[in-house]
Amino acid sequence: MGNLVSWARSPWGDSVLTHISWDLFWAALVGGLLFLLAHGGYMLFSQHRKRESSEVDRMEAEYKGLPANIMRHSFVSRVFHWVMAFSMLTLLFTAFLPIVGVRFAWVYWHWMAGILLTASVMFHIVHATLVLDFWSIWVGPKDIPEFKAEMLREVGIDAPGPKSGKYPLGNRLYHLAVLVAGLSVIASGILMMWRVRTGIVERNPYILTDATWGLTYVVHGLMGVGFVGLVIAHIYFALRPEKLWITKAMIFGTITRRQYLEHHDPDRWVADKSGSN
Amino acid sequence: MPPIRDVMPAFELFQPASVGDALGILDRHGADAWVMAGGMDTFDWLKDRIKKPKVVVDLGMVDELRGIKDASGGLEIGAMTTLTTVANNPLVKERFPLLAAAALIVASPQIRNQGTVGGNVSQDARCWYYRAGWPCYRAGGNICYADTPTSVNREHAIFNADRCVAVNPSDTAPALIALDAEFVIKRGSAERVVPAREFFVGPGIDITRLTVLQPGDLLTAIRIPATWAGKAHYFEKVRDRQVWDFALVNIAASLNMSGSTISDARMVVNGVAAEPYRLDAVEAAIKGKPRDKATADLAADLAVQGAVPLRHNAYKIPLVKALVKRAIRGEAEWATS
Repeated sequence: MGNLVSWARSPWGDSVLTHISWDLFWAALVGGLLFLLAHGGYMLFSQHRKRESSEVDRMEAEYKGLPANIMRHSFVSRVFHWVMAFSMLTLLFTAFLPIVGVRFAWVYWHWMAGILLTASVMFHIVHATLVLDFWSIWVGPKDIPEFKAEMLREVGIDAPGPKSGKYPLGNRLYHLAVLVAGLSVIASGILMMWRVRTGIVERNPYILTDATWGLTYVVHGLMGVGFVGLVIAHIYFALRPEKLWITKAMIFGTITRRQYLEHHDPDRWVADKSGSN
Repeated sequence: MPPIRDVMPAFELFQPASVGDALGILDRHGADAWVMAGGMDTFDWLKDRIKKPKVVVDLGMVDELRGIKDASGGLEIGAMTTLTTVANNPLVKERFPLLAAAALIVASPQIRNQGTVGGNVSQDARCWYYRAGWPCYRAGGNICYADTPTSVNREHAIFNADRCVAVNPSDTAPALIALDAEFVIKRGSAERVVPAREFFVGPGIDITRLTVLQPGDLLTAIRIPATWAGKAHYFEKVRDRQVWDFALVNIAASLNMSGSTISDARMVVNGVAAEPYRLDAVEAAIKGKPRDKATADLAADLAVQGAVPLRHNAYKIPLVKALVKRAIRGEAEWATS
């Protein structure tokens, strides 16, 4: 761990953490890009089995009461997603461009974007709890059969296990990672507002001990570089041809009835029969 | 205060005799090398054992970095020219008395005899928290000890603070900006010329440096164009004592007069931000106006817009206003108009 974080000697002679080594940023960047190459190469040979066309045809007849377009993401959910995406990209660029040598006054934009991210996440928590199907995004032991089936399909076996509910397993695992990293950067970032002039709180670096501040900065840095990899992966999957239907749904809100039946388990995600907005 | 040990940490000393040799050494040692001009800043760092470079490159033997020569009506001043030489040089006094006045008031006669103009503009921040070797932002940490509810910060910034509130301590820097000077920087076989204003950087851009100089760079000369030669000027430095002290605030102004009207102006204050603070709004506002009380009052109000005082340095706001008024009205004994 010695080379992954930097230390300093405080005025009181204590050895305190200051921040992570910025080599970790490069590691995350290179790791993310290597993942793209590895996954892209793998997908050339992947045997992934979708639901057979004949079975989808049969289901279309069975579920003919469904509308042609099915709402996947409400307007509010989409606005949240893109606001969060904008704030996250702003945070990453303002944090890491100076580290790669692009010099500009980044701090103001960084904490402003942080406030936007925090506000959007707070809204999302309330919205997801009160309006959306709260449990549909979580991962647990109940998903083991789906995981097994997906793995078998990946190697070309037409496994009978369950299809995903509203969100594919990868989607839900990604959400969990973003949740952990996101709440960590938000919590540490809010504390760090006391270290810079914002006009919101009075600057006071003595609200925490040096050791606690060190941990705060290290957590913020670790999760920040973690987001480099997470965002690279997210954009990559959003742009993959076989995933574009999901990406379009995040723009336009709906998927077609056939996409719904092809990729989802109608018993696990009961579509809204009122159709598209 | 740090313990003064007076025993410098070990380093390898190079004393090149030419710019080429110096650049070669800097290129070879990169960030491990420390460039020493007159040593006025360097020896503080080394004796306090705060900075511990592996290599020190003493430019004292590089004669080509010394001297003042005519340059198409302007001047080219070698970076290793002492402040005493700058202050007393007939060409400087004749064409750019603003710079002579600024150089003449740096520190003390002894320091001016040894300190160089290149060193004066390149010196590091004098914030005592930073100088004590504490792990502040400027030292690569993540805290500013000078901007807290309990800080002692009467000498710190009122403008453009961005985490760090240290100020640029140079007296010649604002004068050179007010004269539209250019700084010649060499690196390897390359040379770049940087306008004086762009030579200095604030903490928002680079929180660990006051200038654009990077490891491997060597400031070789300062070029002053003829633009402001012989024009009206004003320089004043306010400090706690009248010798051997840094400016609380200083001001350098060049004024191009058309009769009694200001046709163009440069006005820069230092000691108020991490970089010499050019008063753009003031310069724009006083163009076409006479050097009178009304113009001075207008300029003074404009000068302090956006100032954010710290716990102990609110006095700098009226001080800046007063200096701007004096610069426009020309009330000091060395004003020439």
